[in-house]
Amino acid sequence: MSVEFRLPSLGADMEYATLVEWKAAPGDVIKRGDVIAVVETDKGAIDLEIFESGKIEKLLVSPGVRMRVGDALALLEGEPGRLKISPAARARAAALHLVPDAVAGSGPGGAITLDEIERAGRVTAPSAPSAPVAPAAPAAPPLRDLRSVIASAMARSKREIPHYYLSAAVDYAAARAWLDAHNANVDVTLRMLPVVPLLRAVIVAAADVGGFNGHYEDGEFKPGTAVHLGVAIALRGGGLVAPAIVDAQAKSPATLMQALGDLVNRARSGRLRSSELAAGTLTVTSLGDQAVDSVTPIIYPPQVAIIGAGAVGERPWVVDGRIEARPILTLSLAADHRVTDGRAGARFLGRVRDLLQTPEKL
Amino acid sequence: MNTPDVRPRLLKLLTDIAADVDPASVAAEAEFSDQFDFDSMDQLNFAIAVHREFGVEIPERDYRELRSLAGAERYLRRAAPQTP
Repeated sequence: MSVEFRLPSLGADMEYATLVEWKAAPGDVIKRGDVIAVVETDKGAIDLEIFESGKIEKLLVSPGVRMRVGDALALLEGEPGRLKISPAARARAAALHLVPDAVAGSGPGGAITLDEIERAGRVTAPSAPSAPVAPAAPAAPPLRDLRSVIASAMARSKREIPHYYLSAAVDYAAARAWLDAHNANVDVTLRMLPVVPLLRAVIVAAADVGGFNGHYEDGEFKPGTAVHLGVAIALRGGGLVAPAIVDAQAKSPATLMQALGDLVNRARSGRLRSSELAAGTLTVTSLGDQAVDSVTPIIYPPQVAIIGAGAVGERPWVVDGRIEARPILTLSLAADHRVTDGRAGARFLGRVRDLLQTPEKL
Repeated sequence: MNTPDVRPRLLKLLTDIAADVDPASVAAEAEFSDQFDFDSMDQLNFAIAVHREFGVEIPERDYRELRSLAGAERYLRRAAPQTP
């Protein structure tokens, strides 16, 4: 049976994309995660990944066509037997012109039941059977520039998310000493930037203290099952994107550095992947290269928290009752009051600070 | 290192990192961060590119010498010639 591949979400306030080129042809066998097309978006060209495995049966849109998120792009021959659905439910789905794989199954082993198809049929507006050729979106607004996308996402954040803000000064001496020791022993291609211990500490703390990693959707907090760490990246010539390091919890500091370098380089001069734009579950923004002490960041919806870092600067600091000059980093947290309170936020930020005192354990 | 063609090679590395840099307009003594908005990732990428292109080891403490075109030229002139 055929499965429709639809244009996935590309992040907050990204509704349209224009097909630039197909990277796959009918007959190609593709697997989950493969790039099958390039699309042009408000954030530039994006490699579109597929979330199904199977064989491409038919391409439904041509290059140049504007699509809305959710539009069908291609038909796949699904893996036989992969979708657990009863014959009665499958027949009913066909009669209702439903795509059964878009229905969440709750039967044994995630099987889709007849009831669920009936319910899905009631909420889905009656529509024509999937047309072999996707209609172009004639009323689609022109591509906005990146500034409008940022404005729209940030205005939505400030309108909808009741932010609260906390900050903490962190002694970065241990992290810096650990970095210096690492960097002295490897050649330039393997060196880490000072932000890496911070990223790693945030990832570990997000697993230790609940309520900061995930999405707020449909009136409730949905915790992330993994940490897809968004990183705010300034683009040359202005503008900002916050793509995610996918499955960041599984990465050592060294592999995190590689992933960060790859992400920054592709954000600035190559192409991001669709999953990186939509996946982020928690974001870090660092203005460490700039002359600022601290940042009061804005949450990227539908996420529920963002960590900001200022520049590490030499400051007078009390160590064992004596004043010393130490490298101090001011961390800030903006978090969603619909999900957590200041006390939980303080625990989260405190955990990040504590983790940075023993960087060798990160 | 006394290769006369160091500058064009350095300029190529710069434009590989920042495609919008016009090689003709690079001020030799001005720091990349002021001229092209380079951040620490760009600086690191430039150091990596210099390492690969010229085959020189660049300890972290020397990064500061690679912050401008003229600085990088002076650094390479001092660096022991190595086979790339």
